[in-house]
Amino acid sequence: MKKLGKQTIQFDNPPTILETASIVGPKEADGPLAKYFDQCLDDELWGEKTWEKAESKIIKETVNSVIAKSGISSDTIDYCFAGDLLNQCISSSFGLREINIPFFGIFGACSTFVEGLSLAAVFTESVAENVLCAASSHFCSAEKQFRFPLELGNQRPPTAQWTVTGAGSAIVTKSGTGPFITTMTTGKIVDMGIKDANSMGAAMAPAALDTLITHFKDTGRTPNYYDAIITGDLGYIGKDILIDLAKLQGYNIKSNYNDCGVLIFDKSTQDTHSGGSGCACCGTVFSGYFFNQLRKKEIKKLLLIATGALTNSTTSQQGESIPGIAHAISIEL
Amino acid sequence: MGSNPLDTKKDYQNYVDQKSPNSPILKNCFNAFWVGGLICSIGQIIMDICASKGLDTQISGTIVSIILIGISAFLTGLNIFNKIGKFAGAGSLVPITGFANSIVSPAMEYKSEGYVMGVGGKMFTVAGPVLVFGISASIIVGFIYLIFNTQTVPLV
Repeated sequence: MKKLGKQTIQFDNPPTILETASIVGPKEADGPLAKYFDQCLDDELWGEKTWEKAESKIIKETVNSVIAKSGISSDTIDYCFAGDLLNQCISSSFGLREINIPFFGIFGACSTFVEGLSLAAVFTESVAENVLCAASSHFCSAEKQFRFPLELGNQRPPTAQWTVTGAGSAIVTKSGTGPFITTMTTGKIVDMGIKDANSMGAAMAPAALDTLITHFKDTGRTPNYYDAIITGDLGYIGKDILIDLAKLQGYNIKSNYNDCGVLIFDKSTQDTHSGGSGCACCGTVFSGYFFNQLRKKEIKKLLLIATGALTNSTTSQQGESIPGIAHAISIEL
Repeated sequence: MGSNPLDTKKDYQNYVDQKSPNSPILKNCFNAFWVGGLICSIGQIIMDICASKGLDTQISGTIVSIILIGISAFLTGLNIFNKIGKFAGAGSLVPITGFANSIVSPAMEYKSEGYVMGVGGKMFTVAGPVLVFGISASIIVGFIYLIFNTQTVPLV
């Protein structure tokens, strides 16, 4: 692998994404992408006693599912990178405590899935044969940790986003027939001073812009190199801002750009305001929908940019602004 | 917009404000007005029934509070109050129904952390500030009354 520009790595022997899996909750199952997910749950608790246990079970079963689908033995998986939104990433570590694979817990807020894929790609390029990545989020556990109790009778502003319940998982392998991870652009932390925890899309959009433009500059590519440029969870407002800001910098992404948070729910019937969010937003929409599109060769060149808001409830109560991050990988056939 | 909205944090905030849709204030106010009015009318009806049974105002007021709190707590448990609250906003939040909801909902949410540290410890996470500042304000008002009132005050 070699470094391109300041933030991009190009892989000499691009690793293959061997298989993906996704499990989603009932609201996502009512959304437009339902048929692409491996499993849709009828119940947010999935037979567990707490939201946290339910989320752990979701990531555990998603990982079991990706291993089963891939046809490889879990003994041949060298490393696992996983993360989520709950304090100390407990969904991942509790869900995967019996998995028996060397484990790295990672946190990149909602950018975790692509952070995991990036690290997996670097590991497969050097020492590993197969690397597993996973990321999860759960609407109920996220509301409980970051906002209010579920039964509280409050109103959500139009800028608010809906945390996706689910998990996405992928296995990256050294030698395969594609889809290949060809480059990765690791994002910098960008903070433009947005403090409203109900305006995450706007808080993360400058980070997405920074990574997007850096990727183009480092690789010499232009927006129309890609069949699709997809961000993780900017939602409707963040998507609108990113298109606008990219245009001001001379990059027109309007025709081939979309956002997982926009795609996963039907805004008009599902009352999800500015769209979906959470680690599982990018995780499930990529693992479910986009991986399917890549396999069917409907999309041949994809730039996936997962966005994260690096904040917690303490910092927002202390009046701190929300630092954003965005990590990109290009996936090509 | 002439300059780049990313020039300064202030520019970006203004730009984001312009990009973000506002809450539908008129619709929210209207719903809050009629639902809030309806809850208060229910309270008044209970009050009138109590009065017709010959109960005095103070007892009647207590009965109204108990019934409204009971209904609100019950509807919170049935996953209905949050839907009313989403529709009516301050209309269901400001009356005593909202106060009951703000105590029952964390009690339900944190039951998974046990009855002592979960339900007991977290029950007032939402209502706590209302209680602290409500009681503090009443103490301050009480002192002002005590100092400036020239008539004899029966303290008990």
